[in-house]
Amino acid sequence: MDATKERRPAVDGWFTPAPDVRLLGTRCTACGTPYFPRNDLACRNPACEGPRDGSELTEHTLSATGRVWSFADARYRPPPPSVSPEPFRPYIVAAVELDAERMVVLGRVAPDVSLDDLAVGQTVELTEGVLYEDDTTAYTVWMWRPLP
Amino acid sequence: MSDVVVMGAGMHPWGKWGRSFVAYGLHAARAALAEAGLEWRDVGYVAGADTIRNGYPGFVAGATFAQALGWTGARVSSSYAACASGAQALAAARAQILAGLCDVALVVGADAAPKGFFRPVGGDRPGDPDWLRFRLLGATNPLYFALYARRRMALYGATPDDFARVKVKNARHGLGNPNARYRKEVTAAEVAASPVVSDPLRLLDVCATSDGGAALVLASQEYARRRGTGAPVRIAAVSTVTPTFPKTVLDLPDFATDAAVAAPPPERPFRAALAHAAYEEAGIGPDDLSLAEVYDLSTALELDWYEDIGLCPAGAAETLLRSGATELGGRVPVNPSGGLASFGEAVPAQAIAQVCELTWQLRGTAGDRQVTGARTGIAVNQGLFGHGSAVIATR
Repeated sequence: MDATKERRPAVDGWFTPAPDVRLLGTRCTACGTPYFPRNDLACRNPACEGPRDGSELTEHTLSATGRVWSFADARYRPPPPSVSPEPFRPYIVAAVELDAERMVVLGRVAPDVSLDDLAVGQTVELTEGVLYEDDTTAYTVWMWRPLP
Repeated sequence: MSDVVVMGAGMHPWGKWGRSFVAYGLHAARAALAEAGLEWRDVGYVAGADTIRNGYPGFVAGATFAQALGWTGARVSSSYAACASGAQALAAARAQILAGLCDVALVVGADAAPKGFFRPVGGDRPGDPDWLRFRLLGATNPLYFALYARRRMALYGATPDDFARVKVKNARHGLGNPNARYRKEVTAAEVAASPVVSDPLRLLDVCATSDGGAALVLASQEYARRRGTGAPVRIAAVSTVTPTFPKTVLDLPDFATDAAVAAPPPERPFRAALAHAAYEEAGIGPDDLSLAEVYDLSTALELDWYEDIGLCPAGAAETLLRSGATELGGRVPVNPSGGLASFGEAVPAQAIAQVCELTWQLRGTAGDRQVTGARTGIAVNQGLFGHGSAVIATR
């Protein structure tokens, strides 16, 4: 990547940028259910006793580490609206279980990590990586990487 | 409750034929009507299963097929429920008959599918999770299937050899099925030599996208009796239940599961709940099954279904597979039609095609893939966004 390029998140408001990369969601103040991606409409727990009109939902920063639930790679170029570099390079997606939130979240795996570096159950942490670039800008997303 | 019976089943063979989906649906509808011994004018209700890849006629599939057959004033519905669209159309038609609103209903689904990965519908839609999972993750459908497959390997010790065994079995089952697209033996070595699509799944582990059409003629039992249909196949249950919060199994096109913080995970995960509701409605259990048609979007997913429909406990699917119980000639053959492995997926037609297979198996007319003495069968399917289905048919 060209170091002079501007770095911008590929999606607004889903994560905080490096160095302290965290996923941003919401949380129900009535029943405690966290949401990612953010849910602003109404708590979706049918047993929640909050107002369930959105007023019960507040900003929530999710855990920065979790355990690998599963992972898989992509060996062929996915169709649009995916944007892939030329030439195409395989990439890995991991499903990661967050202990505190008791939920599984998907994310790209950092490009320097190989399938052999990963195992179900291993602890990973969030980082930021470049998803795609154009002439002036590198667009970033949250990515998982094994804890050192 | 009066029963709904299948008077006729019909299909257009799966493949890549380069024709309109309407042609496949019309062909299947006429075949089902011919098998029923009925005229299109006898049909009071037509339920179409929609395709989203063929423009507006696909969004109003019920009317599109009615127009192709010739307007008769029949009542109509068009259903979209992703891969479960066909089952949803079946459920709508069955409810009309059960309510006494019509005697005969026609269910039709057909698709003309593009080659390669399914992609989200067109346009720039950054608020749509289906668009976003391609954009931000590059997560194609096979990648999700590969996540499930790896999870089975880690939890239960499944191996790529087990996955290949599913393909070998289903390819053998589909050999003599005139409606199957791939009618050729596949060896484990051929699966192992096929390119990796999404590790741990290879090309021959993942189902293709296909053209195809399927149709069913349903009627009230009284009507069938009046027409002299002897011992028809009964639709004993149609389950289209939604998941229960918190849905803790990752599903397409989700970025995350529900959190199990405020409530524990449900007693039955989504796919198991679909089957369970159908068993309850039919008043039977897994031990009563003669056969099952399950949605093998990947070879590994067929193993998940063994457990979800109660053929074995969690973690025992590989042992059941290796025992031969799910092969033709075994205790409970799974995918005697050849499954998606032999057909590829023609989305709105697929759940209907599964019930066509149940019908022919229970009638004893399935030819060289016949399950001996078949009395009861289940067909299960998982769509997207919380859609899915389980249909039980009995003789």
